[in-house]
Amino acid sequence: MIRFEQASKRYPGGRDALRDVSFRVGTGEMAFLTGHSGAGKSTLLKLISCIERPTRGQVLIGGRNTAGISRRQVPAFRRGIGMVFQDHKLLGDRTVFDNVALPLVIAGTGSRETGRRVRAALDQVGLLGKEGLPPIMLSTGEQQRVGIARAVAARPPLLIADEPTGNLDPDLSLEIMYLFARLNRVGVTVLVASHDLALLERLGYRRIALGDGRVVEDLDHAFPGAPA
Amino acid sequence: MRSPAPPRRRRALPRRDRDQRRWRVPLPKLRWPAMQLSWPGLRAFGLLRSWVRLHLQTLVGSLGRLAAQPLASAMTMAVIGIALALPASLHLLVTNLQGLSGHWDDSIELSLYLEQGQSAARAAALAAELEAWPEVAAVQLITADDALARFREGSGLGDAVDALETNPLPHLIAVRPAAGDKDAEAVEALAVRLRGLPEADIVQADTDWMRRLFAILEIARRLATLAAVLLAVGVLVIVGNTIRLDIQNRRDEIEVTKLIGGTDGFIRRPLLYGGLWYGLGGGLVALAVVQMGLLALTGPVERLSGLYGAGMRPAGLGGAGSLALVLLGAALGWLGSWISATRHLRRIEPGI
Repeated sequence: MIRFEQASKRYPGGRDALRDVSFRVGTGEMAFLTGHSGAGKSTLLKLISCIERPTRGQVLIGGRNTAGISRRQVPAFRRGIGMVFQDHKLLGDRTVFDNVALPLVIAGTGSRETGRRVRAALDQVGLLGKEGLPPIMLSTGEQQRVGIARAVAARPPLLIADEPTGNLDPDLSLEIMYLFARLNRVGVTVLVASHDLALLERLGYRRIALGDGRVVEDLDHAFPGAPA
Repeated sequence: MRSPAPPRRRRALPRRDRDQRRWRVPLPKLRWPAMQLSWPGLRAFGLLRSWVRLHLQTLVGSLGRLAAQPLASAMTMAVIGIALALPASLHLLVTNLQGLSGHWDDSIELSLYLEQGQSAARAAALAAELEAWPEVAAVQLITADDALARFREGSGLGDAVDALETNPLPHLIAVRPAAGDKDAEAVEALAVRLRGLPEADIVQADTDWMRRLFAILEIARRLATLAAVLLAVGVLVIVGNTIRLDIQNRRDEIEVTKLIGGTDGFIRRPLLYGGLWYGLGGGLVALAVVQMGLLALTGPVERLSGLYGAGMRPAGLGGAGSLALVLLGAALGWLGSWISATRHLRRIEPGI
């Protein structure tokens, strides 16, 4: 699903955010991306979501080389990826329902189908019954779950999350991570960037560690020692 | 630390889910039955249907957003309306002046003053002769005696006139050209022919002031066009600026929409509809301003034209003109927002 082939990213100004990064995440797999801030986690996710393009090497998502995606094709490409953000990026002037429905509205889904899917997504994150509230009325953890519901509402095959637990206390963080795990169990490929090593240790999924723009460690608990 | 919460939560949920369903599902069923039946499930129709739905949603949504800030929206519309009302009123002014010159159509005459010392009978014979000319529509003979009588009445100098031994006034034949005011050259040619008559002393043609009026009207029309173009650009700038502010205010929303996979077209659509509403509102304001101006001017204009015996009313925009004004406003609003949105949306690139 995700394939990096010696991908490098150099920002204008000469800073190397990623250097020769190669790894694969298979379809239906769940993996964590770790590393200190500035290690290149965000850049890597940006390469996946076509916000940035690699300066060298290749990034293939679902078998498709991102270098071949034109400006006009980017929106359609992004609809295949659910994105969860650290600050959840919910729209404050809309209800929870409208926030979650946004990707479906963009895709032009019918209103009945939209309602069905939004409720299904909210059900998955355990927030059914709060769809009429504005996000500000919810707790931080609930807001993040709304963000996740929005990311999965259109049922994208790939879900990426950038520090989804960055603003949450450990209990809520664990809850969010379990949520990702559950989504993964229904077939979604999940890649979560997080620096919360203690939390990831407990979960025991594959961890790709970045350091100074390189992959420094790729631990798969299911297959210890297996090459990535 | 809590033990894994999700399973427990999952079990608790279906009940709430059922509660939701009990009252929520019947609503859409009631709302869209006809649509479900009338649109076949073909893919092309499905696309069309979702396209129509998107547009309707956006149409209503953008209107709602305008209504959420009534004062700001009203002010923008008022500015657009005034900018549109100016060239519209200028246009009306020119049209009315043209109509006015049309009223003078039958008052354009050539004045043929005969040489002194001709008999009234000779003058009458000449008048009859002139009337037979093809380029002459009508003639009116004012003999020297008639003229003197009129002068005595009109001037209040009766005593002075009585003191005169002989009538100093010539016979006058007023000639109305068949060409009317449309053709200054034909009138001029007729004047030349009249001057060639042996009995003619002076021929006065009123074509000069006609030409001047037409020249002035032409300038006014050009001015109106110029003002229309300038103010149309002004409207574009006003709408563009409003939309730019709108984009700035909704930057977060736009970024999120781009991240989720909304196309530029999707993001631009509500802005375009917003511009359309602004323009439409502005057009209506302009229409109201013009109509109120007309209403305020009708009385005085009628009085003035009554003094001239013309009895004309100022012409309004009419149905087609009003529609054109409103539609023009809407088109300008749409165009302005399109230019602005296309320019500014490209610059917003989302980040994580």
